[in-house]
Amino acid sequence: MLEGLLIGLQTAMSFQNLAMVIAGCLIGTFIGMLPGLGPMSIIAIMIPIAISMGDPSAALILLAGVYYGAIFGGSTSSILLNAPGVAGTVASSFDGYPMAQQGKAGKALTIAAVCSFAGGTIGAILLMIFAPMLSSVALLFHSAEYFALMVVGLSAIAAFAGTGQVAKAMIMTVLGLIMATVGEGALFNLPRFTGGIMDLQSGFGFITLAMAMFALPEALFLVLKPKKAGSAEGEIKDLRITKSEARAIIPVIGRQSIQGFFIGVLPGAGATIASFLGYAVERNLATKEEQAEFGKGSIKGLAAPETANNAACTGSFVPLLTLGIPGSGTTAILLGALIALNVSPGPRLMVDEPQIFWAVIMSMFIGNLVLLILNLPLIPYIAKVLSIPRTFLIPFILFFTLMGAYIGQNNATELLILVGFGVCATALKFADYPLAPLLIGFILGGMMENNFSRSMQLYDGISFIWERPMTLGLLIIAALLIVLPSYRARRAKLRAAGVSDGD
Amino acid sequence: MALDRWIALILLGICLMYGYTAWFTMDAGLAPFMKRNPIWPSTFPKALSVLAIIALLIILSGIEKSEPKEAEIDYRRLHEYKLGQAILLLVLMVAYALLLRPAGFIFSTTSFLFLGSLILGERKWILMAAVAIIATMIVWYLVQEVLGIYMRPLLGFLTSN
Repeated sequence: MLEGLLIGLQTAMSFQNLAMVIAGCLIGTFIGMLPGLGPMSIIAIMIPIAISMGDPSAALILLAGVYYGAIFGGSTSSILLNAPGVAGTVASSFDGYPMAQQGKAGKALTIAAVCSFAGGTIGAILLMIFAPMLSSVALLFHSAEYFALMVVGLSAIAAFAGTGQVAKAMIMTVLGLIMATVGEGALFNLPRFTGGIMDLQSGFGFITLAMAMFALPEALFLVLKPKKAGSAEGEIKDLRITKSEARAIIPVIGRQSIQGFFIGVLPGAGATIASFLGYAVERNLATKEEQAEFGKGSIKGLAAPETANNAACTGSFVPLLTLGIPGSGTTAILLGALIALNVSPGPRLMVDEPQIFWAVIMSMFIGNLVLLILNLPLIPYIAKVLSIPRTFLIPFILFFTLMGAYIGQNNATELLILVGFGVCATALKFADYPLAPLLIGFILGGMMENNFSRSMQLYDGISFIWERPMTLGLLIIAALLIVLPSYRARRAKLRAAGVSDGD
Repeated sequence: MALDRWIALILLGICLMYGYTAWFTMDAGLAPFMKRNPIWPSTFPKALSVLAIIALLIILSGIEKSEPKEAEIDYRRLHEYKLGQAILLLVLMVAYALLLRPAGFIFSTTSFLFLGSLILGERKWILMAAVAIIATMIVWYLVQEVLGIYMRPLLGFLTSN
């Protein structure tokens, strides 16, 4: 392994390749900040440039830089504007945006940068150690287990998003799933619930929904109730992380980079599930006082998804490099780039072309490091976005939400859907319905139905639930997650009313 | 009845419609060979509609009492906030959506940014115009030239496609 590391280091440390990493990180960060352009689309855009370079190592190094930059850029917009452009950063806005509102935007961005760095680096170390072994574990997970894993993720989110009002969180999750069924399913190419409207044939766009659920209601709230001048808004203070805060997030980083990495290894699970599960798990592990902080600007709540999604991104390289199976959209595009460069990933890659395998891993380290060095000094300037006067800032937020929805689909109807859902989401927000579960349900809905259908077909019926112990176990966990909080709340209420527990 | 239960009632209507489609009308168009499949396009929606209706009935019945908490904005006194501005901005967004194609990107975006600031009460005309025009040009350059995503820049009749 040491030999391999040195080969990789030698390839990655050349002047040209270092310049590639820096350029990639910068491009990724700036384009990633625009909502609507996630790592997937940016890498797709960069592919022609990468391929024309001819050298597979340099191309991969450039793309890895773009990838990490884009993920960090995506967190920036979800922290500062509550406008997550990528599914993997939705969870970062739960606590990142409240922090920014309290005037701690600089600190939030610093935590995001540090956690991304730690998650990515620990993920890369794990990748080095476990890549050969993990490829066989990833194959043990069948569609039935994926389905069960997603049910666990959804119920964890539903149970935690609405403490004390599980039914509301549940209906929002189910609504998200219902919205995911609009359009053509992957397994049966039959338009469903489109109402005969052609524009709905391919379903609702993810960006459209994300903007309508998060960014638009937030902007409307800002219009309805202007913050008083001289409040914390726009002020940038507390850039540094204090010692006690560092002590609080280090265990989170440790746990989440490992958990995120292993979730990322499973093909199809990826950064999104890793970040949501990471958020839910950390919330559950936190003490009572810290739990109350979650959703209101908890540093742990920001550190968890940020670490997990970066670790998972690294983890998703395991099936790509060892099996040739891309586990996510982004790695699928990378696979295309690799094949165009005459490299075929698979079990033979480590034997036949070790310099490429190790160069990718080394470029992950370097990419992460460069990103941290480039971005830490930039953070105060990025955070200044918030001090733009609201008469200019709000039209721009609205414009970027519109643009994000438009660029993805190139369809003006999408913009009308965006405004319509934005109004609905604002009404739901007035009535105290949690909006995050809806979006998460929507994101996972398509995958969930596909895996469910696949296992139904494999087992010719619903019997896979009790015939596969792992599926059954995961589903039981999911049921407990839903039932326990409401049971606990009820018992606490009874106890408060003076009814004894009984034993 | 509080707003959240009114919303639950509306959602119940939507879910009943969804459920009706899933249970009764969707399968009519199914090809005969697909009927031998253990899973139909309507299987998942059927399960979802049942779950949704159960959850909505729980909310409507008020079994699960949530403590009333201090909301950021009290919807009962909505007219005391700047409702006019919000509605005007929404109208502006709809107008932008409808005009983006026919009027071209540059014209519609510049006017969107300009009018947006105007609605929010900004009156520094030159600054507003400058910001709107420069921002439009930067975004247009990024999207069109750097990323290569086509957007019709000018009025429809000035460009060939």
